[in-house]
Amino acid sequence: MKVFSRERSRPGEAPTAEVPTVAQPSTVATPIVQPAKLETYGVCAWFSGRLVLEMVSLTMEPNEVTALIGPSGCGKSTYLRILNRMHELVPGAQLAGRVELDGVDIYGGGLRATESRKHIGMVFQKPNPFPAMTIEENVLAGLKFSRIKLSSHDRRLLVEEMLTKAGLWNEVKERLNELGGSLSGGQQQRLCIARALAVRPRVLLMDEPCSALDPTSTNRIEETIREIAHEVTVIIVTHNMQQAQRVSDMCAFFLAAEGQPGHVVESGPTEMMFSNPTDPRTADYVHGRFG
Amino acid sequence: MTSPLDVRDLLEAPTAANGNGAAARATGGLDGTLSHAVLTGDVRRVAPLAPPRRTRDFGAQGVALLVGSAVSSFAVVWILFYQLTLLSGAFGFGLCWYACFLAVFWVVTNQVVDRSAATDRVITTVVGSCAAVVIGALLYIVIWVFIRGVAHFTIGFLWRTLADYQPAEGTSLFNQVGVGHAIVGTLEQVGLAAAMAVPLAFLTAVFLNEVGGFGTRFVRTIVTAMSGVPSIVAGVFIYAIFIVPHTLGYSGFAAAMALFVLMLPSVTRTTEEVLRVVPGGLREASLALGASEWRTVRQVVLPTARSGLVTAVVLGVAIAAGETAPLIFTAFGANTLNANVFHGPQGALPLVLYQNIFQAQAVVQQVAFTAAFVLLVLVLILFVVARLLGRRSTKKGRLRRIVVAPFHWVKQMVSE
Amino acid sequence: MSTDTLASPAVGHAVPRPITVPNDRSKEDRIFRAVARAAGFTAFAILFLIGFFLLWRGLPALRAMGFRYFTTSGYSTLHKPYHFGALAQMYGTIVTSLVAVIFGVPVAIGTALFINEYAPIQAKRALIAMVDLGAAIPSIIFGLWALHQFQPEITGTTSWMVRHLSFIPLFSASTPPFNGSFFIAGLIVGLMIVPIVASVSREVFSLAPPGEREGALALGATKSQMIRTVVLPFGRGGIIGASMLGLGRALGETIAVYVLLGLDFVISPHILEHGGTTVASFIAAEFGAGGKLGTDDLLMLGFVLFTFTLIVNLIASLIVNRSRSGKGVEL
Repeated sequence: MKVFSRERSRPGEAPTAEVPTVAQPSTVATPIVQPAKLETYGVCAWFSGRLVLEMVSLTMEPNEVTALIGPSGCGKSTYLRILNRMHELVPGAQLAGRVELDGVDIYGGGLRATESRKHIGMVFQKPNPFPAMTIEENVLAGLKFSRIKLSSHDRRLLVEEMLTKAGLWNEVKERLNELGGSLSGGQQQRLCIARALAVRPRVLLMDEPCSALDPTSTNRIEETIREIAHEVTVIIVTHNMQQAQRVSDMCAFFLAAEGQPGHVVESGPTEMMFSNPTDPRTADYVHGRFG
Repeated sequence: MTSPLDVRDLLEAPTAANGNGAAARATGGLDGTLSHAVLTGDVRRVAPLAPPRRTRDFGAQGVALLVGSAVSSFAVVWILFYQLTLLSGAFGFGLCWYACFLAVFWVVTNQVVDRSAATDRVITTVVGSCAAVVIGALLYIVIWVFIRGVAHFTIGFLWRTLADYQPAEGTSLFNQVGVGHAIVGTLEQVGLAAAMAVPLAFLTAVFLNEVGGFGTRFVRTIVTAMSGVPSIVAGVFIYAIFIVPHTLGYSGFAAAMALFVLMLPSVTRTTEEVLRVVPGGLREASLALGASEWRTVRQVVLPTARSGLVTAVVLGVAIAAGETAPLIFTAFGANTLNANVFHGPQGALPLVLYQNIFQAQAVVQQVAFTAAFVLLVLVLILFVVARLLGRRSTKKGRLRRIVVAPFHWVKQMVSE
Repeated sequence: MSTDTLASPAVGHAVPRPITVPNDRSKEDRIFRAVARAAGFTAFAILFLIGFFLLWRGLPALRAMGFRYFTTSGYSTLHKPYHFGALAQMYGTIVTSLVAVIFGVPVAIGTALFINEYAPIQAKRALIAMVDLGAAIPSIIFGLWALHQFQPEITGTTSWMVRHLSFIPLFSASTPPFNGSFFIAGLIVGLMIVPIVASVSREVFSLAPPGEREGALALGATKSQMIRTVVLPFGRGGIIGASMLGLGRALGETIAVYVLLGLDFVISPHILEHGGTTVASFIAAEFGAGGKLGTDDLLMLGFVLFTFTLIVNLIASLIVNRSRSGKGVEL
């Protein structure tokens, strides 16, 4: 049952941003990036044998932004990290269930972790540009990992396209050869978005991307999220209810009771989750009565 | 779509044709159409928990490639190089085998998987073998010394001396010799050196990291340079300053001075590294409470870094205990007990070894091996003590929390 | 209303000057700072004294030979004409240390990477302890082991190298036995510097920012790519520092070299040939053998070695300081 409406209200948004085209006007023949459908079935997670996430089954449709909301420690970030195989990097971490990228189980042995992560990019809570690399090298870092060689012309076009997409181009076009660490926090985060987009992922995971940023940068990143939503399936973890309302089409509410593993209490269209939730706990949370 | 910018094509987008995923979905425990369904607590309880899945990419295929490469390269080396390596012993053969194995492994993995994986696995193998060689060699040394040394070891060896030592008289006299005099000497020399070096090293590190200001850069450079002073130079220096002009003569104290020169920079450097890891926020918190700088250092910075400091000191002591070169010109060595550090040549464990290492007689060699065993045990004990002390204080210390910080969400979840 | 200097940008008003923060530290703190600074400068005093006394006491040897001291090999100090110098010792020191660093540093970095990046978390503690213990194993025990176990085992391989690789000038050698060579001594010294180099580099690697590690992995980097992108650049200064530390130890390594190297004045590029000596092992071996002038010579050699290691370490600290500037570890 898919209840979905694109006519949700987005306060303060320019109407032109609604036009569902790839937002890059001037650059090369940009391939139309097709966002992928990401489904999970019965995902569970353990840390050192302790169950922290229980039976999460969600479907993230293409062309939608899904927000994962819930109080701290309810497993949202863990779930997000399971989606691109970052979870297994934590010592003692285990998981169960299936994560399917357009029907392919990323834990099924068909895709290696590195390949999964190329298709499913990630932006972290704390901006993490590579400090020893220039801004340009940062954007192209993912290509280097994939051993993709581009001509210098194409490199420049790609850097410009990605930085424009991330809303950073105008600020840094004069200083692409400066180190990534020289940017401000908000700029660094947008650089990380550009870096993640440069490998043309089909899904982009964002783990509280704005929680360390000022309102202006937050606003800019939210714009970016809406712009790229047509090219990449965006899944965002956020503590900010307004942000969830502003950027997401779908919403899943995670909750962990005292001493219990986290699970999804309710999920569905954002509008419905905020206006007319089924579960009283969801209503309490989205209206700020706890968490 | 053939534009060079089409990165996604190059990345080999996953296809639905992947049988694995499709099959899994068809037989999956949960309904595939359960899109955005409301999962209430009850549903959750009914659904059975699947066992954890393995996440390693290096599966049976990887093991097969590894073993296959190892076996085939062994065969190739055996056939091709047997003639060449015939006389070089196992060592040379192993070297050839290893080089051949890496090449085969890379080529095969490149064929079967892809280039990134091939490079990654070869690098992993190389890195792993580095560690294996190092750990293997160190274990070899330790175990070998233990086996050779423990054979003739008796408790009495710890307090007898070499005073009546007549090597020519044969093995029967082994139960009349011991290294008690050397143990006393080593303990006195190292203890004295530590008593002089540790306070000064801590103060210097505190100056470099906490006080700062005029001279910091200069002193840091000097300490770095000093840490490179070879141990024999320290010995020769003490010899030149005290013994050549006959102000002191050979003595344990001269040896302690030489060891002090060696310990000072190494303990300072480690301490400084340890202090640097103490978060600046702690200092500011203390200063903001109105604490003086001295109080801040004494009660916030040093306790926070305690485990690191203990490790720094004990490592310094353990290394000093094994130094031979600086003792040759200072303690000189003696076969009788001399407990007075300030007067007369004094024995030391490393010196017993040094003086007997080239002797051909079996009994003398056995004294050397047993002394080596005692020395190694002493160093080991110091080492284990340092580890245990360090570990106990890390449990509460903040250093550990800094290390754990990257996995804050894990802590968050586990602590709930 | 005395805020006019701040409030009004009118012409004619002086730009406010920064006030001097009063230096009102307590007596306690002033003493603390003075003591700490004095302690810091003690290191300088000691270093200066080392150089001064070695040069002073060693000067007679230099005076007896003049500048030829640095171009002569030999140790005839008892009777005229004197014939002694530092050439062969310096040559041997450099060759042995180079062999040690070439073999030791890569292995040490590999070990550090394995422990920090690859080893399972349960094994990590034990591995770190093992390597740290290696740094504490006395060099005389390395010497003992090398003499009885390592050298007999590797001599077969060096003989093989001489037989089959002698077309490379470095590996040619004339007469057996092919033990007691710079190569074997260098290997042992290389093994001896591994723990210290590995320990320091591992420490630095473990400080590599976790955010950037994850950033690289999330972009699809393999582990080795992540290491090359994040860990190694971050740890570059530390690696150089650690290597220089290792080089310093290699230059001054005395006992293990003394045990292995046949003591003669060999200056040849054939590192597999028996014989040769280094400054440090020569001092240890000839202590008390050359009379008054011989002792002076040994002290002078000590000064040469001291100067040598000092230069190496100063260069190292310059490199490390430069690479560290601007991106200090932020915790």
